[in-house]
Amino acid sequence: MERPIKVLIAKVGLDGHDRGAKVIARGLKDQGMEVVYTGLRQTPEKIVRTAIQEDVDVIGISILSGSHMELIPNLLNKIKENGLSNVIVIVGGIIPKEDAQTLIKMGVDAVYPPGSSMKEIADFIRKAVSEKRR
Amino acid sequence: MELLDEALKGKEMAIAKILTLLERGKGLDYLDYLASIGGKAHIIGITGPPGAGKSTLISSLIERYYTTRKVGVLLIEPSSPISFGSFMGNRIRIQRLYPEGRVFIRSLGSRGDLGGISRDSIMMIEVLDGLGFDPIIVETVGAGQIDTDITSIADTNIIVITPASGDDIQMLKAGIMEIGDIYVINKSDLYNSDVFVISLKNVLGSATSRYSLRPEIVKVSAIKGEGVDELIISIEKHWSFIKDNHRENVERRRRKLIELYLRNLISPLIVDTAKKVGLSSIKDAINSSHNVLKDALCHGKIL
Ligand SMILES: Nc1nc2c(ncn2[C@@H]2O[C@H](COP(=O)(O)OP(=O)(O)O)[C@@H](O)[C@H]2O)c(=O)[nH]1
Ligand SMILES: [Mg+2]
Repeated sequence: MERPIKVLIAKVGLDGHDRGAKVIARGLKDQGMEVVYTGLRQTPEKIVRTAIQEDVDVIGISILSGSHMELIPNLLNKIKENGLSNVIVIVGGIIPKEDAQTLIKMGVDAVYPPGSSMKEIADFIRKAVSEKRR
Repeated sequence: MELLDEALKGKEMAIAKILTLLERGKGLDYLDYLASIGGKAHIIGITGPPGAGKSTLISSLIERYYTTRKVGVLLIEPSSPISFGSFMGNRIRIQRLYPEGRVFIRSLGSRGDLGGISRDSIMMIEVLDGLGFDPIIVETVGAGQIDTDITSIADTNIIVITPASGDDIQMLKAGIMEIGDIYVINKSDLYNSDVFVISLKNVLGSATSRYSLRPEIVKVSAIKGEGVDELIISIEKHWSFIKDNHRENVERRRRKLIELYLRNLISPLIVDTAKKVGLSSIKDAINSSHNVLKDALCHGKIL
């Protein structure tokens, strides 16, 4: 018996738009995943705490505010500190190419610009989760 | 049993891992041990139509309870019958960070179980109960119709409605809504609830809940935290009335768990058989399907 893949979608940063994050969350639901959505202005502390309690396979961060180079490394540290070693981290938002590469070197599994195909994201998640579960 | 030790110490990671094992059909030894030391917690069910304010109310109940008790929360979200996925938005209303091990919140999909209260949710109740969480608050999807099964799980059933929707009263009238132990008239900051309370009283008439108690009605504004103290008094009063029957409730819930477990084992076979059987005669189809099931049960083909 397997439970569906479980994903936490969190919106970080101070801007008040979460339409994009919700589109992703609903899209992944349609792809058969259980998607915990926690709303606006999530801090790394909150994200990690929720990820632990919900025991998610994936943390998906939506970020538009431009502060990704502070928030994401901070989040990655919290993830490590708390021993969430098996969780997959994906980031969506407006992120310059060089930054994306840096983030991936730091441990982010994938970065998606706005408008990426749902199918592509879901396929990546399925593959990454099955590799980590093994 | 390292995981169990950690969980008993209140480590949320360990608690979460045990719950996941159960979702995957494993970890029954943990369940057994925790059930043997559990069976004590007060299970509070929260149901009502979408948007009535159930999650917001849970947030304000947590605020009141967590200072003196360890609170467990299960948020049951509807699963899509097509993709089996689920959009789980209940946590949006519960934003505070509490000290580790004091408030444990978990979302789970209804995953197609009849009645909306799934097998997994009962297993999770047993685990949280054994770990000393008390009360355990369970939010269920009440798409108008209140799940009949929540009443077999919770000790105290709270139905949340708002004066905004006359539909709620209509549903009660039609007997579609179960008799709750407590009715919360939420969003009392927005509406004048007094007229609504009177019509609710009329509809309920002399109805009693399963313990022959008259249901109480409490006006609340979950968002402002008004009326929540009164609600807690009402909840605790109900609990003290029924405490003597609690053993029976625990037994009923564990029997329900076994029932759902068996249903889960057998239903894929039923679905599969119905898909494959020839249709030239419905009578023959029923008989031969029946034989397939009998055969599977006799020859251990289930599992
Ligand atoms: N004005 C007001 N709004 C409320 C109250 N309780 C909940 N809400 C709002 O009603 C909406 C639905 O609340 P939610 O707790 O998610 O409802 P649920 O679907 O029953 O869980 C949200 O926008 C809440 O902020 C209340 O007491 N007063
Ligand atoms: Mg809710």
